[in-house]
Amino acid sequence: MSERTFTRYRLIYTLLSIAFVVFSGFVYTQAVPENNKVVSSKAVQGKMLWQQHNCSSCHQLYGLGGYLGPDLTNTLSSKGKGRDYAAAIMKSGTQVMPDFHLNDAEIEALLAFLEHADKSGNNRVHSYKIGRDGTITSEGETRK
Amino acid sequence: MKRNPATIFIATALAVLLLGMFFGMLAAAQYVLPGFLKEALPFTKLRPLHVSMVVFWLLLGASGCVYYFLGAEKLLKRRIRKWIFLHYGLVCFVAIGSAVAYFTGNFGGREYWEFPPYLAIPLVLAWFVFLGVFWRSVSGKVKRWPVYYWMWLTGIVFFILSLAESYLWLLPYFGSDLVRDMAVQWKSYGAIVGSWNQLIYGAAFFLMAKISGDNSFAFSRKTFFFWFLGLTNLMFNWGHHIYALPVSPFIKHTAYLISMTELLIFGKILWEWKHSVSEMRQYFYRIPYRFLVAADVWVFLNLGVAILMSIPALNLHTHGTHVTVAHAMGTTIGINSMILLALAYYIFGQVFGPLSGKGLTKAKFGYWLSNGSLLVFWLALMGAGLTNAWFQWYEPDMPHALLMQQLVPFFAVFVLAGIFLFIGFALVVFPLLQQFISGKKTPADPSIILPTEISETSKKKEYANEYA
Repeated sequence: MSERTFTRYRLIYTLLSIAFVVFSGFVYTQAVPENNKVVSSKAVQGKMLWQQHNCSSCHQLYGLGGYLGPDLTNTLSSKGKGRDYAAAIMKSGTQVMPDFHLNDAEIEALLAFLEHADKSGNNRVHSYKIGRDGTITSEGETRK
Repeated sequence: MKRNPATIFIATALAVLLLGMFFGMLAAAQYVLPGFLKEALPFTKLRPLHVSMVVFWLLLGASGCVYYFLGAEKLLKRRIRKWIFLHYGLVCFVAIGSAVAYFTGNFGGREYWEFPPYLAIPLVLAWFVFLGVFWRSVSGKVKRWPVYYWMWLTGIVFFILSLAESYLWLLPYFGSDLVRDMAVQWKSYGAIVGSWNQLIYGAAFFLMAKISGDNSFAFSRKTFFFWFLGLTNLMFNWGHHIYALPVSPFIKHTAYLISMTELLIFGKILWEWKHSVSEMRQYFYRIPYRFLVAADVWVFLNLGVAILMSIPALNLHTHGTHVTVAHAMGTTIGINSMILLALAYYIFGQVFGPLSGKGLTKAKFGYWLSNGSLLVFWLALMGAGLTNAWFQWYEPDMPHALLMQQLVPFFAVFVLAGIFLFIGFALVVFPLLQQFISGKKTPADPSIILPTEISETSKKKEYANEYA
């Protein structure tokens, strides 16, 4: 490899690395939805419980997670579901979902977390608008 | 005794692969048998056991290949062996520790790495050791580095960075906000996958250079161009995972734009397809080539799917369905595992000699069985995912349990194909493990052609250029 080629490759590598660092900074600091900036301590506690019981191995949030159980992003505001429905399932499990022996305080915390998820956005497939360039915009999304 | 650190890494990786696939089969069975092992080993335990073991197969296998090739280049000094064993010991400690954590229900609750966060510390340390060994072996000649050295360095460094980044959720600024946390989580995971791809693809390039006896392609502009393109994708195209998240559209549009550059790679494969096929036919009877041919076919299929899934309007329908699983399985098994098996057959062939006649027959049968069943497995998952997408769009209020019932025929095929896939891989892996356990070099059998023999120099160069 000639000196010139090596210098060129090093320059490309350096520029890509700088762009990566700048982009990472943008991702870390970019605005989260306005309606969801305040997170209650109960919701944070619920998020930790969600992780401790590895709920994401079966359930999804925004389509990310396992596929054995349903996506729970907007389950609290879905027709025919809601808090009581979710609490009942958490309390005793289902044919597929084990009973995690959660107490009332833990169920409340998990419900607060699901409420936080529900308010963060709309993940229903019909809530997105499809642009001519193939991009999608969620209902109510105004940020550029 | 011919065992060396590299073959110890690879043999362990092969055993871990079978273990990971076994857990995968049990987990898959829960799709068709609701309640199966629900109390003893629920899906919350089986899924991480499967995913983590398969990831450890990739990490251990790729590391072993890098060490073998550095050794083959006479770049590894003898006194460095203890550091290589430290790397091995740390990774094994994390693999065993994570399995114990999953069995006992002690979770960190993140995808890929569902073990408690403290187990990430020895894993990061292991990769710092890897970085130290690698740098000590190849530094001083940076200006003469072929592309695969760049790939390995990038793979090691990005693994450390991305693994550290995936634990930013421990800081309240990241961890307490769901959207920010998920965005950073999938950013880091995109790069982690890219980092082990760099290690594996780099090793595959090295293999071709060794076989051909000519590594000029590893310095060519075309090779570097496509490597920089891959690196750009590693850094910026992870955003297709989070099109649904309410993050800044700038992140999503960047991912969309960068993902479309993969069309250049797709075009290159199509352009050179006919030539590749004729070339591959010539050497197909050799086991490592067979696995590389299989990897090529899977690259074509999965890259096509990946490009389609990167279009937000299509991703809207496939996201959160088994199309994503098909893509993940296709790339992990079809591409990464096939390349690693090609490398394992090459390396064990060099260290332990050719396979016995029985071993060769098993390997050939296992090759066809694993690839055939992987195709059925992949198609079943695609079918399940597309059917799910159809119901999501036309029957949005359908209860999840009812939706899963509609998908049972696809899951039944997927489970059955998974069992055959496991048997196929076992047939491929056992002859290698037998060689490793016996630890002796088999005397050369004149009736068996060594996998790396190509007699004509022009063919060697042509093959290497083609592969690059």
